[in-house]
Amino acid sequence: MKEEFKVISKFIEERSRVLDVGCGDGILMEYLSKNKVVDVRGLEISKEKVKKCLSKGLAVIEGDAENDLKQFPDLSFDYVILSQTLQAFMSPEKVIENLLRVGKKVIVTIPNFGHWKVRLDLLLKGEMPVTKNLPYQWYNTPNLHMCTIQDFYNFCNNKGINIYKTISLNGEKISNISNSNLKYKNLISELGIFLLEK
Amino acid sequence: MSNLNKMKSILIEKTLKLDCGKEISNFPLAYETYGNLNEKKDNAILIFHALTGDQYASGINPITKKEGWWNYAVGPGKSFDTDKFFVICANVIGGCMGSYGPGTIDPLTNKPIGTNFPVITINDMVNAQYNLLDYFKIEKLFAVAGGSMGGMQVLQFVSNFPNKARVALPIACTASHSAQNIAFNELGRQAIMSDSNWKEGLYDEKSSNPDKGLAVARMAAHITYLSKQGLQEKFGRNLQERSDLKFGFDADFQIESYLRYQGSVFVDRFDANSYLYITRAMDYFDLTKQFNGNLSKAFKDTKTKFFIISFTSDWLYPTSENKDIVIALNAIGADVGFVEIKTDKGHDSFLLDVPDFLSTIKNYLNTTYSNINERRI
Repeated sequence: MKEEFKVISKFIEERSRVLDVGCGDGILMEYLSKNKVVDVRGLEISKEKVKKCLSKGLAVIEGDAENDLKQFPDLSFDYVILSQTLQAFMSPEKVIENLLRVGKKVIVTIPNFGHWKVRLDLLLKGEMPVTKNLPYQWYNTPNLHMCTIQDFYNFCNNKGINIYKTISLNGEKISNISNSNLKYKNLISELGIFLLEK
Repeated sequence: MSNLNKMKSILIEKTLKLDCGKEISNFPLAYETYGNLNEKKDNAILIFHALTGDQYASGINPITKKEGWWNYAVGPGKSFDTDKFFVICANVIGGCMGSYGPGTIDPLTNKPIGTNFPVITINDMVNAQYNLLDYFKIEKLFAVAGGSMGGMQVLQFVSNFPNKARVALPIACTASHSAQNIAFNELGRQAIMSDSNWKEGLYDEKSSNPDKGLAVARMAAHITYLSKQGLQEKFGRNLQERSDLKFGFDADFQIESYLRYQGSVFVDRFDANSYLYITRAMDYFDLTKQFNGNLSKAFKDTKTKFFIISFTSDWLYPTSENKDIVIALNAIGADVGFVEIKTDKGHDSFLLDVPDFLSTIKNYLNTTYSNINERRI
């Protein structure tokens, strides 16, 4: 399983209710329901992936976070997970607000646009960066709102969102991000994983 | 019809209080089963049929000699795998395939009950079929499933008996029959009732039936089961066994000929009064209203796992109406899965060979069944 999912599942306490927004093929959902005895639901926009999830008996509904989160009542989940999709929304701000409304705790992972390779691409080539985690060209990318780990930190501070914990992922290397090493981690992390609370 | 003697049926002795206020008792409910009930009696699936269906979901229907209405989905190795599951399907009350309905002969008059039959509802249909659980001594069904009116019965079943099915599959249905649905049903009923052979519903099946009216009802309804794109692709403006227009009112176009055929074969197997009663039951269906405008309350006590399916080209029971059910279930934290299947086959998709649809159900049921068994060990 992906390192990212290992980190996420460590955040989650046993016997909790979890919503995986953009659950994809349901790999994380399967892992959580088998190993953490959690009650897990999924929301996924791709029909193909929803069918795959349902074929595995997972409770997944077809829908998108911008329109379909509103049907879930306030604080109806212990954890809401949003893995690497925040940047693809029309209004990431509203999605985060809704995630924090639905979940007692929210886990958000973001592909880090502050990674040194990304910075170097733009600096040296003068072209929009194309990397392993961000493989699209500027004209066909679904990623409308790229941000860096630092950006997301600032966003949470401005919005009064509590950041419980931040984890940096660089390849298979997992490390903690704190205020003191933030600048450095923002340079070397491919992925930032945030545990948030309103 | 000697095959009628072989028809399986239970006699429901105890009184059933209908929504209309009347009571019925000692009435027959015809059913068919496929596969075997296991020792633990945990592999039973109750399938509910749609408007013109019957208990013969799979194999060859012994009365019509045609394939069962859900033959694509029910059978060995199929979506509802009868090598694994015990599938039960009953003819709804009000129907015309052996269950208590307007065509049942009244012993006092020796004539069909006709329009003296009480108006029944989806709730009445479901309550009548619940007796099958007692008959087979099944404590809890593995699943209840059905499309269209069958889906409405699934919703009503779980609402009435929240602890009697582990899985519910309402397909291409609604929790509340829309004005458009009622309008189409009324069109069908008016076609039947304006046939001079209808005689206020007291026609004698042996001599004269309102066949013309029933055929028109079927033709109109059939159009609503297909999509515009599907019709266009299948028929377009193709002419029927002629090279040019005939400047008359014969069936010049293939689509006309097709609809006429659909109407004519339908009257051979269906009773006009049953059509009136069953469409009425559908029109009266409003589960949301049964719970004072809050559909979530219909399911508040249930632990049943829901899997809701709609079809992109179904404009009769569109995705939005199926999604309303999903939303109501999510509002109370119920276990619900939902997918909209992409197809141009319209509302009829659930009855047809739509591989995505059939395989997803199969995998869902098989996985869920083994998960439940694992957890129990």
